[in-house]
Parts: sequence; C-alpha cells; structure tokens
Amino acid sequence: MQDEPTPTELIKAVADFLRNEITPAIKGHNAFKLRVAINGLDLVTRQLALEGDSDSAEAARLKQLLGIDGALVDLNRALSDKIANGEVDLQTPGLADHLWQTTMDKLAVDQPNYASYKRELGNK
Amino acid sequence: MIEAELGRCVAAWYPGATGVTGAAKLSGGASQETWTFDIVHPSGNVGAILRRAPPGYGASPGRAAGLDAEATLMQLAHDAGLPSPRVMHVLKPEDELGTGFIMQRIEGETIARKILRDEQFAPARPMLARQLGGVVAGIHGLPAAKLPKLREMTATKEIADLDREYRSFGRPRPVFELALRWLRERDPGPSKEVTLVHGDFRHGNLIIGPDGVRAVLDWELAHFGDPMEDLGWICVNSWRFGEIDKPVGGFGSREDLFAGYEAAGRKADPDRVMFWEVMGTLRWGIMCCGMMQRFRQGPDHSMERAMIGRRSSETEIDLLRLLAPRGK
Repeated sequence: MQDEPTPTELIKAVADFLRNEITPAIKGHNAFKLRVAINGLDLVTRQLALEGDSDSAEAARLKQLLGIDGALVDLNRALSDKIANGEVDLQTPGLADHLWQTTMDKLAVDQPNYASYKRELGNK
Repeated sequence: MIEAELGRCVAAWYPGATGVTGAAKLSGGASQETWTFDIVHPSGNVGAILRRAPPGYGASPGRAAGLDAEATLMQLAHDAGLPSPRVMHVLKPEDELGTGFIMQRIEGETIARKILRDEQFAPARPMLARQLGGVVAGIHGLPAAKLPKLREMTATKEIADLDREYRSFGRPRPVFELALRWLRERDPGPSKEVTLVHGDFRHGNLIIGPDGVRAVLDWELAHFGDPMEDLGWICVNSWRFGEIDKPVGGFGSREDLFAGYEAAGRKADPDRVMFWEVMGTLRWGIMCCGMMQRFRQGPDHSMERAMIGRRSSETEIDLLRLLAPRGK
C-alpha cells in the first residue's frame, strides 16, 4: 500500500501552487503555456475522480448493446465495426443514448467548460 | 541573423530601402516560418511579413498548396479587390532566405476571443458574416485561367482521406464511425460547379479590424473543389469559441453569410453547406487526434500538442448535436 497524500491530492497541490504563486510572475508566451500546463493537471485530477465510474457504466451499456463481454477498448472496437458496416445505427434502441452518455462523460473530464457541453447538461 | 539577409534582399527591389529592423518570428514549425519586420525607408518604415521555408526545406507536405501557389493566390485576390495583402517579393535563390515570399503587413486582430469579446470590435461583429459571404464569393470567382496548379478534391475523396487517417490511429471512436457512415450515405457526389476553395477560411486566418475584415491569410490548404466547403468550414462549432448560437465564427448567422454570398452573384446551397459542416467538424476532430499522435511519436513532444489531443471529444459532442440532437 502506497502512502498518502494521494495522487489527486498531490496534483491538486502542484496545480494550486502554479495557479496562485507562479502565474502572477510569468508573462508572454510562457504565461499561455503555464495556463495549458495547469489545465493539463486539472484534467488529470478530474479523470482520476470520474474515470472509474464512467468506464464501468460504459462497459455495462456496451455489453447490453452488443451482447458480448470484454475489455472496454475491445467492446468499443466491436461497436465501431457494427456502426461502420451498418449493423447498428441511430434507429437501434439504446445506441444514441449510449453515445450521448459516453461523450458527456468524456467532456466532464476533457472540457467541462465547453459551451456545447454546458448547454447539453441543462438539456437532458 | 535574419535581418542581414532580409536587408540585402529588400534593398534589391524596394527603392530607397536602407535595411530592415525589428525582425521577429511569429510562428513556425521546422519547415515553415512566418516573420514580421519593418523595411527601413527615409519616408517612414513599412511593415512587412516574410513567409518562408528556410533553406534546406524545399518541398511542402502532402496537402499544402506550396508557397509559390500561396503567393500567386494572394496577389490574385489582392488584384481582384478582395481583402488580401499585396505580395511585395517572391524569394529568389540569391536572396539566401529559402523559398517563400514577402508581403505587406496588415494591422488588425486574428485572435478569435478578442474579436468576439473586445469592445473595439463591437461595431464589426454584426456585419462580419455578410461581409465574409461576399469575400468568399470573390475567392470562388477568381479567374480560373490565372490560378496556379492545385490538388482537386471531392466530397468522396475527402471522406476517404478522413477514413484512412482515422483508421491509422488504431483507436476505436464510435462517434467518428457514425459521422463517417452519415457522410458516406449523404455524399452529394461531384459538385456541379468546381471552383477555387480557400480550404481554411476561419478565425485565425482572417485579420479583423473595428471596420470589419481586412485580410484573408494562409492559403496553404487551397484547392479546387465544391465551393460550399468554405461556407461549411466557417460554421464548424470549434470556430465559435463559446458563442454557439452564432454559427458563423461566433459572430453571425448562416442567413447573413448566405445573403452576402448571394449579393456577390453566387448561389449558396444550405444542405450542402450543412454536409460540409459535419465533414469539417469530423476533420477538426481527426486533426486533434493527429496532434496526439505527433506528440507521442515526436519530434514535437510538446504539452500543447498533448492537450489538443484532449479536444477531439469536443467535436464528438458537436457531431452528436448535428446528427442525433436530443429533445428539449
């Protein structure tokens, strides 16, 4: 068993240090890069918090849709093949809902401030 | 120092020029660079831009029109009265600056967030969509006989290119599959009319002032094809920067864009424009995935590229909003 603080706590502490103490001291292109860096760290903490639940929900939906079991990437590959060859489409019960839920869960990690995502959150 | 070569070069064709000053690199990867500088002249300095492949980098990558073609297109646009910088000089081997050209520097803003939020652009915003409709109509109407050699694209070829690139990443993305399938089923076939297409007509490549559009830049992706492609690309949600209810660049409506296009004597086809908007959304998504590949494989192992890889999901939600909108 690894000791504490947890990875999430450590990354948050680093991001907060960069945000609160370093940002005011940096100008120009490096200020832009610093913002990108902090965004990257914030993304990682969101993924650490959300990925477990969203991955298992996604796998459960895929099992239901495809009638098979397997690793998440293999289930996604099987669904991709079926969409590509026309075996399933937007008329297939559950497909649109699955794609929406999976995509919303990705945005919650990648870009929770993206305007389309915020609109759809209020539009369920 | 590049100022010495630039100074010698400028003195050879700009009467009275005594040198250059303030040279600074604006952007550039390994094979292509953009520099800003001032030509020093007794009657006042003149702003200029150098766009070049440095010595040793001759050939342009697959899709690129090439710097010679870019120079020709910019000059043709300028001569046709479109907002475009005047090309001052096409580089020659004796300039020892590589290949490329020098053009007039046009002052203004290219950063979308400033154009969409800053007070000084408030008067420009309501008229931009209509104005750009007129500009892009002018581009599509440039005299075919004078145009350089460019690749010819069709919707079918574009779908095949995107499909190949997406599959080369080896990672399944069901939403992209859905979009590819949707595009294939609705491929309108070869366009009845084939014109010059700018290929990257969007924020970042447009210089805007409080008075409206001042210049169209970056003809690197110019080609022959369906003129509706340019109208669809500028409507892609990724270029709205949060202003998602204003489809044209976050500042205007499709109706205004089409009205400007039609006032310049051309006909817009809204269904085809929508088809190209879906294609463009998928294209940007696949480009984001490509950034992630380049980050992993190098040589540009940058944090910015890595983070752009995490923006492909933005295009997935936009594709779903286009192809499978949810009830209110």
